[in-house]
Amino acid sequence: MGMVPGKLLLETGEFFFGQVPVDQQEPCFGEVVFNTGMVGYVESLTDPSYAGQILVFTYPLIGNYGVTDESTWESKKIHASGVVMSELAAHYSNHGAQKSLGDWLREQGIPYITGVDTRALTMRLRSKGVIPGAIVSDDAMPQRFENFAAKPWVSMVSVKEPITYGVGGKQIIVVDCGIKENILRCLLQYPVRLKRVPHDYDYSNEDFDGVFISNGPGDPKHCTTTIKVLKKVLAKKKPVFGICLGTQLMALAVGAETYKLPFGHRSHNQPCMDLSSQKCFLTSQNHSYAVDESTLPADWQVSFRNLNDQSVEGIAHKKLPFFAVQFHPEAAPGPCDTQWLFQKFYESL
Amino acid sequence: MRFSGKKVLILGSGGLRIGQAGEFDYSGSQAIKALKEEGIKTVLVNPNIATIQTDPQMADQVYLQPLNLEVVTSIIEKEQPDGILLGFGGQTALNLGLLLEEQGVLAKHQVEVLGTRIAAIRQTEDRDIFKHELDTIDVKSPKSYCATTVAAAQAAAEKIGYPVMMRSGFSLGGLGSGKIDTAQELKLRAQECFAAAPQILIEEYLFGWKEFEYEIIRDAAGNTLTICNMENMDPMGIHTGESIVVAPAQTLTNPEHQFLRNIALRVANHFGIAGECNIQFAVNPVNGDYRVIEVNARLSRSSALASKATGYPLAFVAAKLALGYLLYEVPNGVTQKTCAFFEPALDYLVVKIPRWDTQKLKSAGRTIGTEMKSVGEVMAIGRSFPEALQKAVGMLNIGASCLSDYPQQIPDAEDEIKYPTDRRLFALYQYFLKGGTVEQAFAWSQIDRWFLVRVAQIADMENTLKQGKLNPEALRSAKETGFSDRALGRLFKEPEDGIRKKRLAAGITPVVKQIDTLAGEFAAQTNYLYLTYHGHEHDLPPSEERPIIVLGSGPYAIGSSVEFDWCAVNTSRTLRRLGKTAILINSNPETVSTDYDESDRLYFEQLTLERVRDIADFEKSMGIVVSVGGQIANNLSLALAQSGYHLMGTAAKDIDRAENREKFSALLNELNVDQPAWQSLASLASAKDFAREIGYPVLIRPSYILSGAAMNVAYDDATLEEYLKQASLVSPEHPVVISKFILDAKELEIDGVASHGEILIEAINEHIENAGVHSGDATLVLPPQNLYLETIRRTKKITKKIASALNITGPFNIQFIAKNNKLQVIECNLRASRSFPFVSKVTTHNFIEIATKAMLGVPQGRNYNTLELDYVGVKAPQFSYQRLKGADPVAHVEMASTGEVACIGDNLLDAYWRAWLASEQTVRNKNILVSIGDHYKAKLLPYLRQLEALKWQIYSTDGTHSFLFKNGVASYFICKASENCEPNIQTVIAQRKVDLIINIPTNQKPTNQSDGYKIRRAAIDHHIPLITNPQKALIMLQCLIELCDVILPVRSWQEIVGVEAPTISTLQGVA
Repeated sequence: MGMVPGKLLLETGEFFFGQVPVDQQEPCFGEVVFNTGMVGYVESLTDPSYAGQILVFTYPLIGNYGVTDESTWESKKIHASGVVMSELAAHYSNHGAQKSLGDWLREQGIPYITGVDTRALTMRLRSKGVIPGAIVSDDAMPQRFENFAAKPWVSMVSVKEPITYGVGGKQIIVVDCGIKENILRCLLQYPVRLKRVPHDYDYSNEDFDGVFISNGPGDPKHCTTTIKVLKKVLAKKKPVFGICLGTQLMALAVGAETYKLPFGHRSHNQPCMDLSSQKCFLTSQNHSYAVDESTLPADWQVSFRNLNDQSVEGIAHKKLPFFAVQFHPEAAPGPCDTQWLFQKFYESL
Repeated sequence: MRFSGKKVLILGSGGLRIGQAGEFDYSGSQAIKALKEEGIKTVLVNPNIATIQTDPQMADQVYLQPLNLEVVTSIIEKEQPDGILLGFGGQTALNLGLLLEEQGVLAKHQVEVLGTRIAAIRQTEDRDIFKHELDTIDVKSPKSYCATTVAAAQAAAEKIGYPVMMRSGFSLGGLGSGKIDTAQELKLRAQECFAAAPQILIEEYLFGWKEFEYEIIRDAAGNTLTICNMENMDPMGIHTGESIVVAPAQTLTNPEHQFLRNIALRVANHFGIAGECNIQFAVNPVNGDYRVIEVNARLSRSSALASKATGYPLAFVAAKLALGYLLYEVPNGVTQKTCAFFEPALDYLVVKIPRWDTQKLKSAGRTIGTEMKSVGEVMAIGRSFPEALQKAVGMLNIGASCLSDYPQQIPDAEDEIKYPTDRRLFALYQYFLKGGTVEQAFAWSQIDRWFLVRVAQIADMENTLKQGKLNPEALRSAKETGFSDRALGRLFKEPEDGIRKKRLAAGITPVVKQIDTLAGEFAAQTNYLYLTYHGHEHDLPPSEERPIIVLGSGPYAIGSSVEFDWCAVNTSRTLRRLGKTAILINSNPETVSTDYDESDRLYFEQLTLERVRDIADFEKSMGIVVSVGGQIANNLSLALAQSGYHLMGTAAKDIDRAENREKFSALLNELNVDQPAWQSLASLASAKDFAREIGYPVLIRPSYILSGAAMNVAYDDATLEEYLKQASLVSPEHPVVISKFILDAKELEIDGVASHGEILIEAINEHIENAGVHSGDATLVLPPQNLYLETIRRTKKITKKIASALNITGPFNIQFIAKNNKLQVIECNLRASRSFPFVSKVTTHNFIEIATKAMLGVPQGRNYNTLELDYVGVKAPQFSYQRLKGADPVAHVEMASTGEVACIGDNLLDAYWRAWLASEQTVRNKNILVSIGDHYKAKLLPYLRQLEALKWQIYSTDGTHSFLFKNGVASYFICKASENCEPNIQTVIAQRKVDLIINIPTNQKPTNQSDGYKIRRAAIDHHIPLITNPQKALIMLQCLIELCDVILPVRSWQEIVGVEAPTISTLQGVA
């Protein structure tokens, strides 16, 4: 694929040079975020939580091991709206690879730009926070950038109809706000039946043993229906487990507040402490929003804390089986050190 | 639980040798810093005097003593430490620690082993127990069975499945090892093996599997991390230390990486590691299956690499964890905001290439394999693989500034790709240049295509470049691919400087990036830097104050060892103490100078003209110190000065006057100083004429050399011709010099510092060996014990003249030979020599500190006593012949030692004996084998007679035997190797019937086939100490008579020299 000079423009007016495929004509818009993972581009790109975002990989060589088959993806397609790299591997090597990353991006119609000084860009994002941006192939300066926060991203990535999985004894409602496949894989390790429901589906009167609230993109405050249903469900005192966005939704459902972090946590090396055991875990994360600790009701507590910036990484009810973590115990990509949380959830059912 | 003791003993690693280099100076120094921060007193045992860790401001008590059971037991008895660290001094410290525990020394004195428990260390060290332990946690290790019959071997092979690897038990040099494809072949080969050895090993055949390594850190509460993973470019079959390594791993998917990481954590948890360990994996490239190859429950060469590759101070953190700290309680020294519980995210990659010196070790082959031969390594940081790889090549100091300008044409690339040698990378490159295919190269090498494609891509770029013009676009992509200005100059028939000018005119310059451990996620005030062409912005502005750049030593190689790292670190520390901004440039990950807290800014970069200029330009440096990094740094001095950079200290033109043979010789004549007759080679015929005129033997050497590369002694026309060819190969730009080789002369050298030609301090070292042994291989004595006062006086006088004439400011070293009242100068170097740390620690005056002050023009005194000392220092070489199969272990004009040790004693014998023991040698029982050339028989006779009286059993060969017999000394007669009779010398050695061998060759001209060579080689292969030099033999025999039976009293350096350890407040550069 021939490459021509292109640019990544930021709403602030700053820009970063690079090369874009010659046939990539239309500008691509999104909120520019960076991820510092050194592996896992296949999982990240298919993670629905990246919907609407232009993903910058800080590791300079992306595509080294190609693209493995669909069973390793986190959803059926790439959700990031665009990709920024220093170098897109022209050649990949891995026994499980089926195609190159470049081919896959083109197949999926995802715009990208290479040859970017991703470190300089990351330092900009770090100091100014996530910024709307665009990948463009010419000198045109777009008139306006999309307002990422205003869009109801969850409704765009959630399933439209319920889907059921598994044949086990316990029934779990899985609220899909943009769920990663590996969460389903992790839950299905246990003898459970899953009913994956759309984000705005009212399951409060259904029969279940527990509820799982998934990860997903965007501002949790847009998910008004999900929160409303969750409030009703919490009253039933059945186990509820949330991951990432699920944590924020649970917090909002009990009256706590969420806020946007300056540039979010997107990496595979976020250190968290389980405050009950004082044990540390390395976690995989991908979130822009966090729970405001000071607004938590008295019967709730912080269960995990980020060792880097002390932010809230998990909340739990002091007595009832409600708990949620801001990180991704299902990993994919990233370390699997907290997968025991799925066991904990199963045992609570 | 937190360690509550007040005093901790740290075991160092001794002299540098193959497989155990300067990385343990890094780890030990970090451990000392970590402990001092806690107010814990530190006691260090390490005879490696050239290390930073043995500096006065490091440990509270330093024992420059042998690392053996007896000595360390005495030290424990005396110091009564509360704890001991075993994981910071390599395998030497670990083995010694196991021995101390086994002998009950630790229990008796209630010394707590800090960090990983002894029991766990044993489990990881014993092959069988290790495999068993892994079995219990369902972790796979290579299948392996021991067989004593052909039938058992075949049964084992059936169980494993063909092909299998067959290894012959007890064989040396991998004889009888190999791949077996069929039962038929196994039967045949096994029969052959059983003829020579009682058992063979049948193992799973893993050659060609990919190799990965994970560095693990774990605290006592079980918090566990993998700090870095690394992928070997060379697959299984080549030792990790011999492999090109890239970090992070490139060809693992996320699930594969997590899978290996999970195993790593599981294994570390199972063994209960407290601190650092690493784990090596073999991974099947076809299906992803894996085997755990080994676990090292200690800091290692790879952990040093991982530390430098990520910026995560593994050794420092491991030391804290050994004290009982938990990972989240230790701060991240780079970010200052976060803690040590995290795994670094890299936004660059690093490439390590080993540095070999096989061409220097004559008979050792160039092939590489499962045993380590490399003596050092370089690490390059870049933002693309070609960039990092080519940078690393330029760091090796083997005549190539990148792949393109490797000086040797490899005649049979296919052969060296199939049967790897130290230059396989270049063979691949040259093969691709000529149109070779990746698939073919893969079939030959099993190197993952990911790497091959990228090497081929560099070759493609060279071919493309050659066809076009070097316009700015082509120039930029060439630079991004890692081509040096010099190589581009060669391709386009332009001088290097022309390319540079073109480049700067087009605005093509590298950008400065920081290593911050978190890929930019946190704002870090880090000073750990590298340069890349894959970027548009510098991470930070130039230093606020105009800095002084200190050029480091580059990779360890024979002739450039940890001593130059010591010099660089001490220069940087002194500069900072004097309020200057110090920048260090170095490319060697096994060093303390590349600890980011040892300078104001650390550039982990190439020591090439191009890169030093890039950095000096960016930083607007005030001056460059070229005189403390050894020959690599020194060699840049002229070019840097000519390009307009200010050199600190002695002017470049004066450096040239000392380095350039013609000019130096003219100067000596002018000063009326004697020198051996010499001539620069014009032609072979004139060389022969000259040699005949001055008389053989003659010494041949290229100018601008270190460690005597291609230096040789010719005894006749034929050898002269042969050696001249070798010499011109090594250094085609520089002329070859022939000089008279003086026999039976004493050699001495002066290390000194001058300011504007005035001597500030000087120390005279006397060599024990007569002239003819390279100064790097010689045993040095300070202060001299056997020199006439007259000689000393004249030496000083000549030194004064030379220093003045060359207007020296800074460090220097002059070498002399003395014979029959005649003193001749043989060499003068206007830089720190490898004995600077030795003279500094023996005299207690830091020569580098004085030199740095001189370079800055700081006024200082000049009354130093370096002659009238109450003790004697002896510096002895450390050889690595065991690692170099076939090399002839005779020290001669070309340097062969890989490191050194030094001990201080009450007198010469005491110091010599300790230093000899410190170079990992010992005499177990009273059995000695002597085989001595005629010339020396009479000299050694009285001592042999005394040994006999002391109940030593003497074994001797033909000539020596009859000489002893005639003189009334009894000895067992043994046959020479070439005589087909028993008792044969080879049998006696193989059965270890003797504990020490003295073999003095008749002349200095070694040939491989001689009987002498066979004795020497057998001695090395069977780990029996060997003395080949007559002067050393003389002093050794005296030691055996007087000291062999004595329990040596132990005193620390501070006690011997009478210096108090400085308080912590004066300690520079603590994180």
